[in-house]
Amino acid sequence: MKFSVRVTLKKDVLDPQGKVVQQTLQNMGMDTLKTLRQGKYFEIDINENDESKAKNKIDDMCKKLLVNLIIEDFDISKI
Amino acid sequence: MNSSVIVFPGSNCDRDVAVALTKLQFRNKMVWHKETSLPKSDLIVIPGGFSYGDYLRSGAIAGKSNILNEVIKAAKDGCLVLGICNGFQILTETGLLKGVLLRNKNLKFLGKDVNIKVVNTENRFCNKYDKNQILKLNIAHNEGNYFTNKEHLKELEDKNLIPFKYCDENGKIDETNNPNGSLNNIAGIFNDKKNILGLMPHPERMVDHGISNKDGVNLFTSLLN
Repeated sequence: MKFSVRVTLKKDVLDPQGKVVQQTLQNMGMDTLKTLRQGKYFEIDINENDESKAKNKIDDMCKKLLVNLIIEDFDISKI
Repeated sequence: MNSSVIVFPGSNCDRDVAVALTKLQFRNKMVWHKETSLPKSDLIVIPGGFSYGDYLRSGAIAGKSNILNEVIKAAKDGCLVLGICNGFQILTETGLLKGVLLRNKNLKFLGKDVNIKVVNTENRFCNKYDKNQILKLNIAHNEGNYFTNKEHLKELEDKNLIPFKYCDENGKIDETNNPNGSLNNIAGIFNDKKNILGLMPHPERMVDHGISNKDGVNLFTSLLN
């Protein structure tokens, strides 16, 4: 069973990389661009048949390693 | 005093700190991250470097290594723990120190000597420094921008848990003398019990007149007091 995890910086955390990417795009003439934030993406294949069980395990992986909950949020979806 | 320096794949300041410790009369041992027990230690040092290539987040993978479980146990029993640079990042990733080290505000890797003010000396690590003494220490990091929530920041200030702040050569602490965007110019913090210190500057690089000043010496000799 495959899942994707999207990790994003919390709203009040500064994202200097995203800011530079945003400024570069704006400099390239993308003048309708309002804001851009950069994040991370994981694809996880897990040996489970039960979807909610699998989701719980992925949630555990996120909380224990993949995500730093002080600065990041995450969401899990099945793919 | 017995010290242990933890070594991860990608640590690159482990031998520097070992040289400094030995020079300053510590009986030091190097401990590989796969070990499951620590030698007898009064001080555990988590050195600088790029453990696991900074994969995922700086310090995140090292924070889950075998030996870190032992470091966490020892730290909770009151053992002195010093995390320098990547070591500081590892300590925040394990939760031994609160907060997080974000990418430098200007996105540049910073490798230079900066002025650091010793703002609190009543602790095991700084008692040989004078209060408000200004040190010149080397920094070398990409993620040194300390961030935490408002409540914890207040607690750090109120409980004197911030020993080191970035400043100018006269000791002025302001945004223009903040190299990485760190909250309140924080260069290092303690846990509540002040037995765990994490700092971004490298005191181990400042212990020998042949290559630098000796502003880092007192951090180590304070521990022998």
